[in-house]
Amino acid sequence: MSILNFFTRGRTSAPVARERLQVLLAHERALTGGADLAAVLKQEILEVIARHIPIDRDRVMVKLDRGDQVSTLEIDIEMPDAALAGGAPAPARRRRAAR
Amino acid sequence: MSNVVVVTSGKGGVGKTTSSASLGASLARAGQKVVVVDFDVGLRNLDLVMGAERRVVFDLVNVVQGDAKLPQALIRDKRLETLHLLPASQTRDKDALTEVGVGKVIDELRESFDWIICDSPAGIEKGATMAMRFADTAVVVTNPEVSSVRDSDRIIGMLDSKTCRAERGERLEKQLLLTRYDAARAARGEMMTVDDVLEILAIPLLGIVSESPDVLTASNVGCPVTLHNPTSAAARAYDDAARRLMGETVPLNTPQAQRQGFMSRLFGRKAAA
Repeated sequence: MSILNFFTRGRTSAPVARERLQVLLAHERALTGGADLAAVLKQEILEVIARHIPIDRDRVMVKLDRGDQVSTLEIDIEMPDAALAGGAPAPARRRRAAR
Repeated sequence: MSNVVVVTSGKGGVGKTTSSASLGASLARAGQKVVVVDFDVGLRNLDLVMGAERRVVFDLVNVVQGDAKLPQALIRDKRLETLHLLPASQTRDKDALTEVGVGKVIDELRESFDWIICDSPAGIEKGATMAMRFADTAVVVTNPEVSSVRDSDRIIGMLDSKTCRAERGERLEKQLLLTRYDAARAARGEMMTVDDVLEILAIPLLGIVSESPDVLTASNVGCPVTLHNPTSAAARAYDDAARRLMGETVPLNTPQAQRQGFMSRLFGRKAAA
């Protein structure tokens, strides 16, 4: 084994480990960061809206899509008609996409 | 001003418990009042590594649930007067820990100790999140090996999002303790170097503990290596890391490979021993 190592030095495994990790972790950091970000955004957006309008927390969808060029944040909140009664007629659903 | 330190890693078997016991003993030997808390409910081992397994009466879960007072559960080390252990329960599971209960225990410990070292269980579930929850400082224990580095990266992400300090927008200091390092293998390109791991994880280095038979010998007899064999390389590495935790500037020397002769290179390292 040692004699074999003596002749095969130069082809080492540590740089392979480093490269594999760098590629993998770049991917995983984007994934876990994204999942947490969407959850945080959902929570905070809900708090702000709930201050003004009674909403059903189960009828809210927050989706974060990460693309190479552009990422989109999609927020879909279903509002009961009663919540808007008294104000100007408004669509029952509002959708906004950003960046 | 007390300091809550979580010793964590994600992956099991990298040396969290050994490092908790050794750093705790180093700090206590420097005159600091130290308690080492085992958060591995259901799989406790800190008591065994510190040689106090026959002295456990009450544990962390008993205190969290109000069945015992904190002083009843604390075990004072027989070798160092300022070193204490708060063992985990062996018969319960991690769900027995509540955030409110653990917070109260940590607050009470802050009144009597300079250092509260929280030995985290492996994994990313409740035990690990409870161990890191109230930390001021994190020691991330990592081996220079792909699965350990990946899991450490995950844990670093959790330290940045799931701790009280992170939620309050305060700084939580994270430092890397590289264990089981083999300078000779790193020099031959068979193991990632210190710089490789630092570049990937991008947190400051607290210390490097080389692979050493002294660590196993110390745990065999239930004594932190810093007390069992204080002149060994592993003990000196832990002592230096503890001094850095205390804020001292201690030069960090990366272990260097011993030069090997032609014959030992040819016939392997065993031949040279």
